[in-house]
Amino acid sequence: MTRKQKRLSVIAGGLAFLGAATGLTFYALGQKASYFYMPADLTTASLQPGQRIRLGGLVEKGTIERGQGTAVAFSVTDNQKQVKVTYTGILPDLFREEQGVITEGTFRPDGVFVADSVLAKHDENYMPKEVADGLKSKGVWQESKSD
Amino acid sequence: MVETGHFALVLAFALSLVQALVPLFGARINSQKMMAVGGPVAVTGFALTALSFAALATAYATSDFSVANVWDNSHSLQPLIYKITGTWGNHEGSMLLWVLILSFFGALVAAFGSNLPATLRATVLAVQGAIGATFLLFILATSNPFARLNPAPIEGRDLNPILQDLGLAIHPPLLYLGYVGFSICFSFSVAALIEGRIDASWARWVRPWTLVAWMFLTGGIAMGSYWAYYELGWGGFWFWDPVENASFMPWLAGTALLHSAIVMEKRSALKIWTLLLAILTFSLSLLGTFLVRSGVLTSVHAFATDPTRGVFILCILTLFIGGSLALFAFRASSLTAGGLFHPISREGALVLNNLFLTTATATVLIGTLYPLVVEAVSADKISVGAPFFNLTFGPLMVPLLVAVPFGPLLAWKRGDIFAVAQRLMAAFAAALLAVLVTALFIDGASVFAALGVGLAFWLICGALTDIAVKSGLGSVAPGIMLRRCAGLPRSVFGTALAHLGLGLTTLGIVGTLCFGTEKVLSMHAGETVQLSGHTLRFEGLYPAQGPNYSEDRGRFALLGADGSTTAEITSSKRSYPVRQMTTTESGIKTIGFSQLYLSLGDEATDGSVVVRLWWKPLVTLIWGGGLVMMAGAAMSLMDRRLRVGAPSRRRKSAGAVPSASLP
Repeated sequence: MTRKQKRLSVIAGGLAFLGAATGLTFYALGQKASYFYMPADLTTASLQPGQRIRLGGLVEKGTIERGQGTAVAFSVTDNQKQVKVTYTGILPDLFREEQGVITEGTFRPDGVFVADSVLAKHDENYMPKEVADGLKSKGVWQESKSD
Repeated sequence: MVETGHFALVLAFALSLVQALVPLFGARINSQKMMAVGGPVAVTGFALTALSFAALATAYATSDFSVANVWDNSHSLQPLIYKITGTWGNHEGSMLLWVLILSFFGALVAAFGSNLPATLRATVLAVQGAIGATFLLFILATSNPFARLNPAPIEGRDLNPILQDLGLAIHPPLLYLGYVGFSICFSFSVAALIEGRIDASWARWVRPWTLVAWMFLTGGIAMGSYWAYYELGWGGFWFWDPVENASFMPWLAGTALLHSAIVMEKRSALKIWTLLLAILTFSLSLLGTFLVRSGVLTSVHAFATDPTRGVFILCILTLFIGGSLALFAFRASSLTAGGLFHPISREGALVLNNLFLTTATATVLIGTLYPLVVEAVSADKISVGAPFFNLTFGPLMVPLLVAVPFGPLLAWKRGDIFAVAQRLMAAFAAALLAVLVTALFIDGASVFAALGVGLAFWLICGALTDIAVKSGLGSVAPGIMLRRCAGLPRSVFGTALAHLGLGLTTLGIVGTLCFGTEKVLSMHAGETVQLSGHTLRFEGLYPAQGPNYSEDRGRFALLGADGSTTAEITSSKRSYPVRQMTTTESGIKTIGFSQLYLSLGDEATDGSVVVRLWWKPLVTLIWGGGLVMMAGAAMSLMDRRLRVGAPSRRRKSAGAVPSASLP
């Protein structure tokens, strides 16, 4: 091979590598990114069965039920709709009634959301941003709640 | 004192403007006097910033609640160490620390840069001054840490309990030393572009700064990872959280820079690429600062959100990244290309390293920014988490790790891949043995787990092979070999140590992810539980009182084979009354390189307590490997040719002579 051909083949190899990496990245984004919904959004959103989503809202008052062992069930609400969530494991320290929460998991066929992770806020000033934005857009957010 | 601090900060801002303009202009018109201004101004600016920082730290240490920032983030009952570390446990204070470290590096260039060509030194200091000026303006205009409250409150609002930990004393300073350390590489690159000249000696000046920054960034990330691991009580060491990615991207790019700077220094090749990498690395540091400080991301790091700050940092970001890249586009063509090499050579291996690392950086960047972009254009909220990164970052890293042991053994210019493969036979055999032992003798080992262990051993043994081969193993007598080994350049040991550390970290990750076990259960006092051969007995909950919190301590006894207690592990639920926050303190018992990790959950009505237990095999190697990598960087820094003050043979010609290649 001449020097020019060599250089071209190196460049072609590099481009093929970058192309493969880019393809993989966007494939993974399509497959692995999980969408965020509030309970009221769910009626309009078309979910694939078994699709992982993040569900956020407030923990509805009086709905926290502790089951066997570490199982727990509660409702997530945006003051328009509620979704029942089940979770097995340790809840975050700041998980409380009427506080913002984000759960991640999938829907069971009977409409119960099975979460495998539950996130609450990091400190008393902070509401998960998605939840705060979602509540604001639904007009049920009171600014004083953030204080 | 507080007003002194504020005043010192304003003076530092004025001086940084002088530092940004006068030496730069002096270098253009070749005025020695104007160029000489840069050094003293940089040192004075550092002293003033340090004074300002000391003023804030004093206000924190003495609990001066008339300062709004102290009131918001401190409490008189906090232990003194957390009062002091609270200085940077908030937005304003942490930005001040950022600028302090920036001016510290500027002062270092001023102090130790006497062997730099005068115009280069002046231009570097000017760029450094410009960065300092914008960030000082940012602090003064949007994030003043010295604002007073009148009347002064009697008591403060306490520091976020999650931050009341020794980790806050170590993680942010180390991380910032890393982040901001890359500003020197950036300033050198911009200076080289302005001057239109770059050569091997430029790389010799830049490489030690890259090493220093990389060393601290490695430590900062490792420390942050360990802190999150034990503090958050989730037992994970890396979450692919956008804020973690913000520090990981400069690390990946910085690692690439570290390697390409070698090529430039030794072979005078890859000049333009190295320059671009230096710009990109610091740009990613700035982007990280923006992501963490602007409030576009929510995390434990986002102390408070104020939109004006976000816009301000975005402007700084645009100015420096856009400006430097535009300068690069205009001026890069004026730089001459360097030495040629065969694809299979040390240079080729380092190019491969760069290709993989920059691609990996790009995937992390895309994964981190994609949710922000999607939200901006479609209002859909999505999150990109571990599954994405495992699918993209993983496949990119594996071939790179496989290639690592080959690199240092290949010759410069034209290497012999078969000869190198032959030398690596022993390492390969060891890796193969590790795979077989794992697959055959460890219960529940998957194929991936066995291959992962093999990969780790391949890296570790490959690093050792590098030293053995360069000492002449097998070809010379043991005595001569030892003498040769002692005579090897420190940078050879540095490389081997860093690669060894990488192997150890890999082993730790594979061990924890593939062989770790976990149990969640509710326990009554007196009950025992088995986990991976360890027996734990729950002794019960005991209330206790701390300086500014009360806690329930869950006491656990680790039982020996005969049923006697061999160790006690405590995990507690702490309640901080001021912020009305609860935190979980995990209980950790280190056994060899592995850890038994337990964290307490809620108390049920029947008096039982939810307990989460993990057995994490080899987990400490993850951070131990980071320490070994740091040691490698420190070793390389001690190399004769990089040591500060070592006689430099090429000091007069700023120039044309490429350095001789080492054997």
